[in-house]
Amino acid sequence: MDYKDYYQILGVPKQATQDEIKRSYRKLARKYHPDVSQETDAEERFKELGEAYEVLKDPEKRAAYDQLGADWKAGQEGFKPPPNWNDDFEFTGGGYTTDTGHSADFSDFFESLFGRRPSNQDYGAGVNSRTRPLRGEDSHAKIHIDLTDAYQGTTRSIALHTTQLDDNQRPKLIERTLNIKIPKGIRKGQSIRLPQQGNPGINGGEAGDLYLEIEFNPHPLYSLDGRDVFLKLPIAPWEAALGAKVKVPTPAGEVEMKIPANTSSGKRLRLKGRGLPSQEPGDFYITLEIVLPSHLSAAEKALYESLQQAAADFNPRASLGEQR
Amino acid sequence: MSLQPLEMSSIVLDEAGILSFAELCRYCSLPAEHLLTMIEHGIIEPHPLASNSARWQFASISLVRVQTAKRLQRDLGVNTAGAALALELLDEVKTLRQQLAALQHQVQAAEHSDD
Repeated sequence: MDYKDYYQILGVPKQATQDEIKRSYRKLARKYHPDVSQETDAEERFKELGEAYEVLKDPEKRAAYDQLGADWKAGQEGFKPPPNWNDDFEFTGGGYTTDTGHSADFSDFFESLFGRRPSNQDYGAGVNSRTRPLRGEDSHAKIHIDLTDAYQGTTRSIALHTTQLDDNQRPKLIERTLNIKIPKGIRKGQSIRLPQQGNPGINGGEAGDLYLEIEFNPHPLYSLDGRDVFLKLPIAPWEAALGAKVKVPTPAGEVEMKIPANTSSGKRLRLKGRGLPSQEPGDFYITLEIVLPSHLSAAEKALYESLQQAAADFNPRASLGEQR
Repeated sequence: MSLQPLEMSSIVLDEAGILSFAELCRYCSLPAEHLLTMIEHGIIEPHPLASNSARWQFASISLVRVQTAKRLQRDLGVNTAGAALALELLDEVKTLRQQLAALQHQVQAAEHSDD
């Protein structure tokens, strides 16, 4: 078991006042709240903060933690609390003031010192809560898919960790694998709800629900806006001038497309209904971009020179004013 | 609990799906008063047609919004107005990030074609 430095986690010195601890916790909680933060490890950090604050906000627990923590460094392995170390303190069965929603989720380190956090069944009204059926907590997860998955639909298997009570009514961590159908046409920011696939209920209560938020892996070619999909299509100058039939990649497969003659760079073409599938499917937009060969051969250069003479009247900058 | 992977039917939450007021309360495990307060603060809006709250309908994506508001209130101690403000600002940040990503995509593509 690793030793956890709760002061370091909360970013306060060991001699910090209770007010300083509270201020620092609130500030960091806002920063790392998983709904607010963009950091990839936000959820982990937020949990860690909650655990550190649970100990340091309570003067009694803090004193006990200080007594034991002097010789340990954060992350140091092989931590074991000394036998009977907490004889003078009474933690279990009380002292948890609020349900912060992370029940039974603290680290082994925390549990070895302060015992298990009471699970759901200990909250609520007195004796009745022991037998009253309680609905399990909802679970939330993010799921990353590729754009092509959204065109075709896919099945994803995800591993979930949930806590469940064992025969002795102690919470234990269980890994479950779910195969989840991702329907075609799903978009960024949508979620999938799986009824009763969250944490199990207590005393026969129904299970919570599982929510999966959809995120797209960035794609090297395509960008997305709602149901519309965008691609930059490089073309040669003579394709732009003469028109051409080119093969265009789309997430649903290659399509052949006609570039009209006399097309300028930056022109946008639309393939209707080739965006993300749906009852009203999105569109696929192609922005043309004229690209030159990296080197011109002598013959090519000569041809461009005769083109220059033939088109001497053309002023591409006419829209910027006469004299340019 | 079975360790075998289960084939799940899933419900997509989006703008098109519809939930009633009662369903929203039930799925979020929130009392009706709490949800009404959220509606008063504009965290979610019922479809405009029905004036009677018993007939209210919500886009199913509202469920995600209510849950986020609930977590913000619970974890950060903000009130309903604070959660509404945070959600609006988060929406704005999200839109700006998307625009930034699209612009970066364009710049990269342009740099690429300069090579």
